[in-house]
Parts: sequence; C-alpha cells; structure tokens
Amino acid sequence: MRTVFKTSYDADIDLFKHGAQRNWYILLLVAALLLPFVLSEFALGEMTNLLIWSIACMGLMLLVGQTGQPSLGHAAFLAVGCYANVLLQERLGLPFILSFPLAGLIAGVAGALIARPMTRLHGVYLAIGTLALAILTDDLIVLATPLTNGVMGLFAPDIQIFGYGFNRYGNPIRLYLLILAITVAVVLVYRNIQRSPLGRSFAAIRDSEISAQAMGVNVARTKAIAFGISAGITGLAGALIGHYAGIFNNETFNVILSIQLLLAVVIGGLGTIHGAFFGAAVVALLPQAIAISRDLLGKVMGGGTIAIPGLEAAVFGAILIAFILFEPQGIYGRWFKIRTFFELFPFYRRDMFRRQKSYLKTERMR
Amino acid sequence: MSLLEIDNVTLRFGGVTAVNQVSFNVEEGEVFALVGPNGAGKSTLFNLISRIYNPAEGDIRFDGKSILDKAPHEIAPLGIARTFQNIELFEQATVMQNLLVGRHRHRKSNMWSELLFTPYVRTEERRHRAAIEKVIDFLDLQAYREKYIAGLPYGVRKVVEMGRALAIEPRLLLLDEPASGLSVEETQDVAFWVEDIKKQMGITVIMVEHDMHLVSSVSDRVLALADGKMLSLGKPHEVQNDPRVIEAYIGASDQNAEVSA
Repeated sequence: MRTVFKTSYDADIDLFKHGAQRNWYILLLVAALLLPFVLSEFALGEMTNLLIWSIACMGLMLLVGQTGQPSLGHAAFLAVGCYANVLLQERLGLPFILSFPLAGLIAGVAGALIARPMTRLHGVYLAIGTLALAILTDDLIVLATPLTNGVMGLFAPDIQIFGYGFNRYGNPIRLYLLILAITVAVVLVYRNIQRSPLGRSFAAIRDSEISAQAMGVNVARTKAIAFGISAGITGLAGALIGHYAGIFNNETFNVILSIQLLLAVVIGGLGTIHGAFFGAAVVALLPQAIAISRDLLGKVMGGGTIAIPGLEAAVFGAILIAFILFEPQGIYGRWFKIRTFFELFPFYRRDMFRRQKSYLKTERMR
Repeated sequence: MSLLEIDNVTLRFGGVTAVNQVSFNVEEGEVFALVGPNGAGKSTLFNLISRIYNPAEGDIRFDGKSILDKAPHEIAPLGIARTFQNIELFEQATVMQNLLVGRHRHRKSNMWSELLFTPYVRTEERRHRAAIEKVIDFLDLQAYREKYIAGLPYGVRKVVEMGRALAIEPRLLLLDEPASGLSVEETQDVAFWVEDIKKQMGITVIMVEHDMHLVSSVSDRVLALADGKMLSLGKPHEVQNDPRVIEAYIGASDQNAEVSA
C-alpha cells in the first residue's frame, strides 16, 4: 500500500492523492478517448449508454451515498430533465448548448423544491415518499398531454452544437465523445463537492444529523441543496437519455427505472464515484448481456431463441440479493479488497475490512 | 454580565418535569460542573442550551441575548460548542474531516464556488486546515489524522469529539461526560486539557461529569441537580459535603439518623 507523505495541505486538497494516481486516471481517459477506434458501432452505442447511466448514477449517488437520503423517485428527475430539454428546444427554439444546462437547472430546482417536504421524512419513509413521486410522474406526464404529448410521446431532435450534428446512428463517435466530455465534467464537479465544505456537510448529515446541527450545519437547507444538485445531475442524464433514445413517452420514465437506478448505486458501492460507474455498467450492460447469452444458449441447445418472461428482473434481483448478503459495499468494495490484496501481498488478512459493529449510537432525534 | 444565564427554566415531557425551575449563571472564564444522579436533567440542560428542546418556561441568555428565538444550527455560530454523552462523530469520515466539519461555522465560500472549486475555496481550505492544526497539536491527534472514526478506539473518539468542538473556536464549551468510559490516565489527560482550555484558550466550560475527583480538581463551581431540581450550588467541596447532595446520591437514611459529612 502506498504511503503518501504529505508535505503541504494542498496534498489533502488536490484532486488526486499522488502523481501515480493522476497518471492512472489520465491513462483511463486516454483509453476512453481511443475506444471509438477499437469498438464496433454497436459496442460504442452501448458505451455511450453506459456513460449516460453513469451520470444518472452519480446524481443519485450524491444523494444516497454522500448525504444518506434514499430516493426511489429519481426517474422523476430524469423525466423533468428530458422533457425540459426537448421542450426548450422545440417550443422556445433554444439551441442544445443552452437547453441542456437549463434542463439540468430546472430539474435541480424541482428537486430542491420537492426536498423541503420530503426530507422531513427519514429512512424507509423517505423511500416510500419518493416512490410515490416516481409513480406520480408517470401520471403527470399523461395529464400534461398538451405539453408532453402524453402516451404518444415526443421525438428528440438531433443535438446540434455550432452546426455540428450529434446522432446515435449518423455520427456515433461524435455523440460518444460529447457525452464523455459531459461525464468528465460531472465527475469533476462531484470531486469538488467531496473535497469542499459542502461535501463534508453532506457526510455530516449522513452520519449524524444531530451533531451536524450542533456544528452549525443547517440540516433542512443542506438536504435541499443535496436534493437539488442530485436532481440537477440526474436531469442532465435525463436530457441525454432523450437524445439517445430518440423517442420517449411516460413509459420511458416508469417506477422500474427509479428502482434500477437505486440498484445500480447499491450494487456499485455506496458513497464513491467508482461505485456509480460500476453500478451503471451492471444496469446498462446487463440487459444486452442477458440477451446475448440467451441467444448463445439457444444455439447450443438447438432450440432457437428461448423466451423467458421476467428473466431480466429475476437476474437483477438475484444480483442485488447476492451483493447485500456477501458484499454490502458493492463492486467498489470488492475491487478495493482485491487491490489491497495485491498491494500488500503476502500480508493481506481476510478480516482486514471486516465491518465493526458499533453499539455506541444514541437514539437519533427523529 | 454573565456569559450564560439560565433563568428559571422548566421543561416537561408529558407528566415528567425533566428540568424544574432551574436558574444559574455561568461567568466568563470559569469551569462550571453539573453533577447529579442519572436522570437528574444534566444532559437535558445541555439539550436546552443546544435548542434541541424548547423550555416550557424561563429564558436562556447567552452574552445577554436570549437564544430561544434561535434554531439549533444557529447555536454554533454564536460560539457555543458541545460534545455528546454517547459519542456522535461522523463515522464514515476521517478524523481530519470530522474536525473540518467543526469549522463549518467559519465557512465563507458559497455553493457555486465550491462546485467549481475556485482558488478562493482552496485558500479557505488551507486556512481551515491551519486552524485545525492547532487543535490536533493541542490534543495530540497527529497519529490519527487520516484514520476513519469507525476503526478508532473509544478513548480516541472521545478526544476527537472534544477536538471537533474546539474546532468551532467557541466561547462556551459544553462537555457532556468527557471522562466517561476513560481509563485513569485518559481521565487525567482530560483534566489537563480542561485546565488548558480555560487558561490558554480562555474558553468557558460547562461540564457534566460523574467522576467527582475530576470535577473537584478542575471546576470552579459545581451545581448538583436531582430530579430536575437544583440541590446545591457552590465550590466543589461545599457541594460535595452538602447533606442534600449526599442524600440524593446515597439515598435518604433513616429519618432520625444523622447525615455524616
């Protein structure tokens, strides 16, 4: 394990812990930039999808992992971002470069407003409250048919930036690079939150609301900010989903999507940016993986394709249960352990990361 | 004028009167101890000062102004810091991060500049860390700087919590059982620290503590409570020898028997 000898406070404040870490991430970015030249068009499309999911997962991760507020309603903010982006372009004629950040802002304001009543609830009650939000969204989209075109849905126009078109089929490489740039920007903002007083106040609320309050953190306001930023980032992902899918209606943003998002952040590993990406990879690529393995299985068995209704949901459920039972810290937790094993080889001990039970908690003021 | 004035405060939970017409003043620069058997209302008094509870009657004034119109998160900015009886640290964060949350009162950067992490935010972060450094030096926490709270032993957590309260740079420090569960040496450290907090930093301390040895060695005045009522207020040895205090602790002896001091 690398021991960093810090010689200044900046070592604590900087984006990367040490030079080698920075180089690894630069390498990762270069690899991501080179992907279009390696992957087929289909695979690149899947990677684009993965990146969009990663942005959405980072949005939810900020709320669930960083601030400790579970939400089962984040499909609502995906929907707000998606509809706002397309309507701003179609009704007001705004270009993508304006409508996209505005869509994020609108989703963020919606999140902050909803947070005020919602964050009075805690734990499982908050989850139920936000679940109601997700169910409502479906109906609200249908009710607002004059604006949203209801069940008929809306078409998302191609993204146009300074005369350049970005289309999933027309120029997939460009779209991929655009979304990669947005993803990197969101990662940077997320890191900035983590290393600033704002992120620390989020963590304070997650771990102990009562002492956060005693330190002068305005709990209601900070929760609203967390909800707002989270919803804003999720809204950006929603806008991209609209462009990626091309057509969307109320069904696109159903409750299942909210649940998948929450699954993704839990499976990925709560509280880390890595976790958001790992979780997004599972959720975004699993349906394709299932389809491909089903086809393969069909070929081997010689019976054509096998159709098993509900297979995807069952596999999702099984994966989630397995993680909660065997690796509550998600894929990131497992990855961290494997990395530590090799870094410390042969001195790694199995109980190194065993979680300590704490019996010292006072009654929460709830 | 006293730094903190508790003026005839009463708090009821349903039919139970947890704090019953308690009045006392804490002068600037003194160490004031609250003692009493379990359920006497000592921690409840702290929670009243922290504005977690609303008194049914009476007034609490800090620096001459009533704090009853303040919300709980507005108490730390006034310069009142506290610790908790059953440690309330941020478990999934490092010692450094915990101490830095204590600096929240001194946060000047706003949300937007933090999202972009402007150079100003960086300068502020350096300033906060320099301030934390003094607390780390004072409490000898260097070895634990980067450690996660979840993995720290009980004694260290107690110290970190005291450090987090000091990071607020308070005028008034409320210590809720700073020595409970600590070893003899650790308790001695706490005694030295409280002494230094008072003399070097000029911070007024109110302390709830059961260890009478610690109380009598560091505190200037002691208030004994029982069943939410004031029993005795005065110098440590006076309170310790007050028959009513002894009765509350040991229980009433036979009606006619004399209470030996």
